[in-house]
Amino acid sequence: MTTVTNGVNVQALLEAREVLKGAPEAAQFTWRASSKWQTGVHSEVKVENFFGLGEEHDHKAASVFQADHPEVFAATDNGITPIEYLLVGLASCLSAGVASVAQNRGIQLRSVESIVEGNHDIRGILGADSDVRNGFNDIKVTFTIDADASREDIEALVAQSQKRSAVFDALTNPTDVTVEVA
Amino acid sequence: MSGKAAEQFTALVIGAGHAGLAASYFLSQRSIDHVVLERGEVASSWRRERWDSLRLLTPNWQSRLPGLRYEGADPDGYMTMPEVTEFIERFAKVSRAPVRTGVNVTSVRRGDDGYRVATDRGEITARAVVIATGACNRPTVPPQRDAVPASVRQLTPFDYRDPAQLPDGGVLVVGASATGVQLAAEIARSGRPVTLSVGEHTRLPRTYRGRDVLWWMDAAGVWDQRYDELDDLTRARRLPSPQLVGTPERTTLDLNALESIGVGLVGRLAAVRDGRALFSGGLRNVFSLADLKMNRLLGTFDEWARANGRDAEVDAPERFEPTRVPASTRLQLDLGGGDIRAIVWATGFRPDYSWLDVPVVDPKGQLRHEGGVVDSPGLYALGLPVLRRRKSTFIYGIEDDAREVIDHLAQFLKGGNSKPVIPNGPA
Repeated sequence: MTTVTNGVNVQALLEAREVLKGAPEAAQFTWRASSKWQTGVHSEVKVENFFGLGEEHDHKAASVFQADHPEVFAATDNGITPIEYLLVGLASCLSAGVASVAQNRGIQLRSVESIVEGNHDIRGILGADSDVRNGFNDIKVTFTIDADASREDIEALVAQSQKRSAVFDALTNPTDVTVEVA
Repeated sequence: MSGKAAEQFTALVIGAGHAGLAASYFLSQRSIDHVVLERGEVASSWRRERWDSLRLLTPNWQSRLPGLRYEGADPDGYMTMPEVTEFIERFAKVSRAPVRTGVNVTSVRRGDDGYRVATDRGEITARAVVIATGACNRPTVPPQRDAVPASVRQLTPFDYRDPAQLPDGGVLVVGASATGVQLAAEIARSGRPVTLSVGEHTRLPRTYRGRDVLWWMDAAGVWDQRYDELDDLTRARRLPSPQLVGTPERTTLDLNALESIGVGLVGRLAAVRDGRALFSGGLRNVFSLADLKMNRLLGTFDEWARANGRDAEVDAPERFEPTRVPASTRLQLDLGGGDIRAIVWATGFRPDYSWLDVPVVDPKGQLRHEGGVVDSPGLYALGLPVLRRRKSTFIYGIEDDAREVIDHLAQFLKGGNSKPVIPNGPA
């Protein structure tokens, strides 16, 4: 069997799966981001630590994200629009899934590219039509994958990556969200 | 302590369905004295816990029990429930199974030499016990049921007999396994608008290349795949039952067939909030997963036919239309508005081991066993999904399973063999 190198340590993931089967409390993670309003509709959001496996962890380095709105919204466009961050999350989560599943199935990837498009009727957020929702109407992801595999196997990779994707689940299923004032 | 001494048997079987009776058949062959306890009558759940139109998913020629074969005029047909009941009764009769009906087992616990089985007719002790109480004792209903408005009637497959008992108006069927698709079709044909909530499912055509798809499963060796050869046994055991129905016309009942009789397809039921059912937006992907899996299976059939020189006796390979994605899928449904009058929860079944006072049930409510050898010496199980092979799920699979499990039981009685039948199985 040839060695497939997609850079995913599948062995570690499979071992973690076995361990966590018997230790559900260690599997409880909390991801967090802290946001600071700048001015206008511009905020700066920092992500640096998270909780999991029973303890606090720091990322190797903090990441800072600028979120703003484009000039067509009469804003300053200091960064991407918050809803675009959802697309960032979805694309990167599905790609991670494709790589992991490919590694597990012994499929060598050469390139994985995707385009994620979220269709959005902004009359919702503007309050122009109360029948229009605020969020995306729908999202379309188009993958272009070059790999040592049949088209059917590639389609199966993409299907399986959706099945195991945190962001895909978070976008396709309702989540209980609490927002409060500290 | 009651003064009455407990009755004693070498072995005791709980349940007189196909599995318990098959266990009894092999116990008798080995002259192991035993008794079969049955809460109701022989084949109790086939009589009482099934809807009226149900027929077996397996063709008649596969309705086979040790020493008993289908000998009727329609080998390719599918048995109705009265026919299944009659078939199992006949098996009990010809194999002279020592069945006691109307005996409820209230507790099984370890004793000095084996097990103490408490029943509503007194206590029995046995050195070995075979649990053959089935995998479908209780319908599983998700917690969302509690948030459904009171104006909507809720039924499980145990409550459901035929569409006439439903109120007029729309029906939401939750779950797209064999049960869900069969009930959705039947209710839609009764003239009620049906919405079917679809999560992960198993799509199969009824016939492939002119043969019953279950002929292929058997012939190509898929059904003989052993539990200790499967990549993910837990998953195989939890697999939704295939979208099949047994009808004289041998029609396929996949989601495309349902869509063409007007059944509306929505995603998995994710939540009921403020009287509204919220469905997953991942419907396309569950379609893709099922289509890909079906095509992979059909590919293995083609490969088997080619490699074994069987192409000439079957029709040409075929591929089926992918599951059609609705132009727009509903993500929510107002349950309180009157459009939906009833919900049928076709969300699976689970076994009931509440009477089992031996610590062999895992946190998910499933028996801990290795190919039917339960994790307590002298305790065995039969008639569970993928118990020893993929075909264990079906009546057809019981003969091989029962023979091997009773072999093990006999060894245990002789010399205390408590190792699994296949020692190199997964830990």
